Amino acid sequence: MSARVRPPGYRRRRGVDLLAKTLGVLATVFGLFWLVWILYVTFRTGIGALAWRTFTEATPPPGMEGGGLANALFGSLVMSALGIAIGAPIGIAAGTYLSEFAERRPVWRETIRFVNDILLSAPSIVLGLFVYTIAVRPTGHFSGWAGGIALALIVLPVVVRTTDETLRLVPGMMREAALSLGVPRWKVTTQILYRAAAPGILTGVLLGLARISGETAPLLFTALNNQYWASGLNSPTASVPVVIFQFAMSPYDSWHSLAWAGAFIVTLFVLVLSVGARAYLLRNRIDSAA
Amino acid sequence: MTASALAGTHSQNSEDPRVSARIASETRQDWVFRWLLFGAATLVLVCLGAAAISMLVGGRLAFQTFGWAFLVSDDWDAVEKHFGAFVPIYGTLVSSAIAMLIAVPVSFGIALFLTEIAPTWMRGPVGAAIELLAGIPSIIYGMWGLFSFAPFMAAHVLPWVRTHLAGIPGIGALFQGPPLGIGMLTAGIVLGIMVIPFISSVMRDVFRTVPASLKESSYALGSTTWEVVWNVVLPYTRSAVLGGIFLGLGRALGETMAVTFVLGNAHQLNVSLLMPGNSIAAAIANEFTEADSEIYLSSLIALAFLLFVVTFIVLAIARLMLRGLERKEGR
Repeated sequence: MSARVRPPGYRRRRGVDLLAKTLGVLATVFGLFWLVWILYVTFRTGIGALAWRTFTEATPPPGMEGGGLANALFGSLVMSALGIAIGAPIGIAAGTYLSEFAERRPVWRETIRFVNDILLSAPSIVLGLFVYTIAVRPTGHFSGWAGGIALALIVLPVVVRTTDETLRLVPGMMREAALSLGVPRWKVTTQILYRAAAPGILTGVLLGLARISGETAPLLFTALNNQYWASGLNSPTASVPVVIFQFAMSPYDSWHSLAWAGAFIVTLFVLVLSVGARAYLLRNRIDSAA
Repeated sequence: MTASALAGTHSQNSEDPRVSARIASETRQDWVFRWLLFGAATLVLVCLGAAAISMLVGGRLAFQTFGWAFLVSDDWDAVEKHFGAFVPIYGTLVSSAIAMLIAVPVSFGIALFLTEIAPTWMRGPVGAAIELLAGIPSIIYGMWGLFSFAPFMAAHVLPWVRTHLAGIPGIGALFQGPPLGIGMLTAGIVLGIMVIPFISSVMRDVFRTVPASLKESSYALGSTTWEVVWNVVLPYTRSAVLGGIFLGLGRALGETMAVTFVLGNAHQLNVSLLMPGNSIAAAIANEFTEADSEIYLSSLIALAFLLFVVTFIVLAIARLMLRGLERKEGR
């Protein structure tokens, strides 16, 4: 080895290479460091703050000890369900159109795909403000409905994209085989393509749910907040993220601790959901099944 | 083949009126189904358009009252009803700039690690862990930022910054002031951490699209790993890498909750990065429900309109640059 003739600059090039690799490793460690720190703080403080009454009692008035997050948990549940119930069907329909029915309007199709991609990363606070102007201002009051609509706007692009992408993976032979038997296209789509693409579409819906369960900004001026149980979808509704925001910014220690309990619940739910959805997709992918 | 074409061939062959009636009804069903789906897809477009228009209409009063001064004035006075957007705009731009300064090199390093350095068995789990950062809700970043990171900055990082950087002529002014913990620098760092997973996963994905034969040719000529990445991989993926960076920038500009927690909501213009500031998104989140006059509300909606336009442009650039990548993958 030592007798080998080395080209000029060899040492320097090796040095640069080693430096780049070291920096690459350090960058990865840097990224993982924050993940560990954030999860450690959230889980340790959150589990410590968790109590049975967190799930049974409503949010306490300012300065009072005790209380829980029951009304906020329920509000989050209802509004997320509403968001999925509105956003997912429209998203699946739109994704189906893009993948299956837009062959005669390629420009329109690409425009919608482009806009959908932008909607996917658009600031959620702007979407919340938009829903405020269409659903809160005209009715004159904040409501659970408005919150649900705002969340639906965030679910929509996620589901559109995953549906579109999953359907495009379904082999063309399946469509042709069904069409050659004289099956109408809406039946081909709903009974054959959807069956083949179900795992992918379901993953999209679950990822959408994971995204909205932690969303705060779109709920601030749509559902607002409510210290008590909401009397219905027409009244202001508490949600866990908004309660976390309000309580964490407050000067009371007992509120901070409730905020941490909420943060723990939300984080655990979101992470389990998004990791679970991806694992489910990996096991049921179209290309691995076919 | 389309449904109408199918129906056409059928009706030629069949004399049975029941069959042709059935075909006619199926054709009708197909027509309804197709238009329903078309409507749903168009709704996506309508949502974005309606959002832009409603912001513009809502902010019209502010734009009319203050004119161009709205963009450059640093007044924000709810009592005198005088509003200018300069402080929030400045805060959004500066905190995003700090975020990109941190996130771009780190993301590049992570993508490098995940595609060239790490042993194969490590790539999947480490990549998934980095992506987990994107799954954490932004409100959690905010809480952690306020209760863990800001005190840490105030106790350990900022005193060092003050003693070592504040004296440098020129940029020293950026690092003066009390070590509060919350402020522009802290917000920028938190934002940077939040966009790392977005940028690094795009970079990793595009690095993977580089044909192995290209890289192997370079290795065969005696290149080191770094030289392959710098001279082959990066030139090949340049536009998509920029697209990923713009995608991260779009996220950073519009990020709300995390920034609201650690920025401090101050409407004074401060050169120092250690001082509290404001951003467009944080100003809206903090003040919207407190806005007690029509012009106050309109000014906040006008801010949202500005944010919307800027993020739209940034994200559109990102998507256009990433388009090339999709074509490459499809080939």
